Amino acid sequence: MKHQLSLRIGTVAFRIGSAWSAPIEALRQLYRDYPEPEDGLCDFTVRLEPENFLRRWIRPSVAIQGDYILPDAAPLSLAHGLLAAEMGMNLQMALGQKRFLLLHASTVEKDGRALIMTGESGAGKSTLAALLGERGWRLMGDEFALLDLDSGRLWPFPRAISLKNGAIRVMEEEVERDRFGPRLTGTPKGEIRHMRPNRRAVEAMDKSAVPALILFPRFGEAQGLRAVGQAEVFMRLTQASTNYVSLGRPAFDALTKLVGDHPAIAVDYPDTEGALAQVETLWGELAA
Amino acid sequence: MSQPRYVADPDGEVRTVQLDGLALLFHRPSGMTHIVAPPAPQILEALRLGPADIGELLGRLRAWYDFEVDEDMEALEARVAELEAAGLVARL
Repeated sequence: MKHQLSLRIGTVAFRIGSAWSAPIEALRQLYRDYPEPEDGLCDFTVRLEPENFLRRWIRPSVAIQGDYILPDAAPLSLAHGLLAAEMGMNLQMALGQKRFLLLHASTVEKDGRALIMTGESGAGKSTLAALLGERGWRLMGDEFALLDLDSGRLWPFPRAISLKNGAIRVMEEEVERDRFGPRLTGTPKGEIRHMRPNRRAVEAMDKSAVPALILFPRFGEAQGLRAVGQAEVFMRLTQASTNYVSLGRPAFDALTKLVGDHPAIAVDYPDTEGALAQVETLWGELAA
Repeated sequence: MSQPRYVADPDGEVRTVQLDGLALLFHRPSGMTHIVAPPAPQILEALRLGPADIGELLGRLRAWYDFEVDEDMEALEARVAELEAAGLVARL
């Protein structure tokens, strides 16, 4: 490909190629502190290509290609090329990752122990993780928790945090400006702005943690806490996993151990600051 | 007409983990995970002793657990039918 970038996020190495320079430049800026893959080998390749020959110049339209593709995925406009690259990287992980059980969850760490937060889109797991990552915790990832099938440890995947709509302003008030990517408006998910995790998260991207607590946050509800039964936790985490079925028995063993060994709480919350205080309290009571 | 006889996969083909009073089963032949409540795990355990019809199965379960006789026959048939539909029990 004409324009290329290789980078490592945690233990996973990507090569991103593009027919246009803009998405690669945006990625290079966003991931400027990230290391190159060791020995130059990449786990996954993402290619951003014109939807067809003419669409490279005329109303440029980006199709996401790579080792794994979704044949029906709609192309994005070139203005959203950075989003296309991020989506492409997520897609390769979701469909191709075989070393870890992938849970669609955010994770933060304190004293070598990890808090897992999972929930539907809009539940606030990404925003809470991003804020905790600025307030004494280490951000391990806002999108995927990587559960080691053998050791049961969690590995970081601190890609750029994808902030959506209201979460953008919350983080702009918290974090220095040069950590943000361009503001992407009119995307299929509304307004999106990517944020580079802080130096601490990037420098510790090779350090795993033991799981300690599982939370199911839900934004926009009256404040409430509910202990979640283990069978329900198991079921919700299989639904939150992109590769549980394809990994078979090792995934069953790893997930039953994760669920059986750790407490899980559903946290409904009306505002973000209240949720952060709630998280700290629960952590103190259940995990510390 | 003879009663249908049922069989369950051997222990090594089904990994069972107890969580919260429910049993999580990983069924190796199908690769599927099942979450089941009692008496399903007990039925599978009893069928692993060898093929049995509903009457024999009830006899095995009564030897282990506190099962009522008459009204349980129909309920047991229904539970076995559910396990058969899930692929955890097969009819010989």
